[in-house]
Amino acid sequence: MRLHAENLACRRGGRLIFEGLSFTLGQAEAIALTGRNGAGKSSLIAMLCGRLRPDGGTIRLEGGDEDAQLAEISHLVGHRDGLKTALTARENLAFAQDVLGDAAASPEEALAVVGLPHAAELPVGYLSAGQRRRVALARLLVSRRPYWLLDEPMSALDSASQLMLAGLMRDHLAQGGAILAATHGPLGLEGAREVRIGP
Amino acid sequence: MRRAFLAILKRDLALASRAGGGGELALVFFLTLVVLVPFALGPDLNLLSRIGPAILWLGALLSVLIGLDRLFQSDEEDGSLDLIRASALPLELAVLSKGLAHWLTTGLPLALVSPLLGLLVALPGEGVLPLIATLMVGTPALSFIGAGGAALAASLRRGGLIVPVLVAPLTVPVLIFGVSAANAALGGTVPFLTPFLILCAISLMAIVVGTIAAAAALRSAD
Repeated sequence: MRLHAENLACRRGGRLIFEGLSFTLGQAEAIALTGRNGAGKSSLIAMLCGRLRPDGGTIRLEGGDEDAQLAEISHLVGHRDGLKTALTARENLAFAQDVLGDAAASPEEALAVVGLPHAAELPVGYLSAGQRRRVALARLLVSRRPYWLLDEPMSALDSASQLMLAGLMRDHLAQGGAILAATHGPLGLEGAREVRIGP
Repeated sequence: MRRAFLAILKRDLALASRAGGGGELALVFFLTLVVLVPFALGPDLNLLSRIGPAILWLGALLSVLIGLDRLFQSDEEDGSLDLIRASALPLELAVLSKGLAHWLTTGLPLALVSPLLGLLVALPGEGVLPLIATLMVGTPALSFIGAGGAALAASLRRGGLIVPVLVAPLTVPVLIFGVSAANAALGGTVPFLTPFLILCAISLMAIVVGTIAAAAALRSAD
């Protein structure tokens, strides 16, 4: 399975953000998406997961299931973390697992991997920004999906958690997964290609 | 797929029961509205019992409408909607699940407490069961017509009152047939079943049309 993005253009509020962006992403590959603030990194991720229509160019999946939409085979961890503050970390992850399907690790196991086993029964509203980000990242583990779309996954994480995330990404690549991560800093992945939006 | 449907339903029910859920707010608003009416109209029991069903229906309608704007907006704001969009579950079924949860936490409790509030407007005893029945089958229409409006306003940062204003005109048929069925049970020339069956039909139609409309609105929202 291979993702082809060809000549993508993005227009927001009448202003051209980027155009002529092309890249491909196959199994066991990682892309580090870079660019200054406002270059359109988050917009590109929104396009990939089908929330935004491209203003030019095409996104298609080659191989694999014919009808598969990228959104249905990818995990998205973005600025809006998709966590309900009134629910506990375990409830949030159990919900994500049921909705996304293809269960892998249990919510408890996933929380243990991201170093938050003690927070399982705490409402997410009580957690710090970094802990919340880790709960959102634990979602990557509760369901098996080949594509990971991450929007600044390292933000708010301490250095130990950044290493933990780099390890998770390496495991995912080793299992044949694909990663596209918008980032300002290093991802900690050796083989990651850089795709730069704008100057 | 059934698992995802049930997960959304279960989550929305859990959220409604925790702090900040809108369910009990609708109930309290309903209570406030109906309690205020006798103060405004005075202690004329004949008048009150004549307009009682209309007041209870109006109260229920407004109580359902005030909480609607959060139906999809809260999910859009925190990114849960992206999670639901990424599911293999068709968006229509996700909307159906959320609408059902909305009805279970607002429409159904309103219908169940209505006899209590009926006392405040001197509702005659023989009118109680028909009133519960009309609210029971009529409020799903409100939830699902409302879902369409709520989906349109999902991406607005400060939707606020725009959803009730948008949705209220569309609920007029529900109000007309709901009140006329509740009144028909208290006597009159029309048999109870005539407006009641039309109310059932409106509700069934609203569930289908509202679900499809809301899913379409959520899909096209940028």
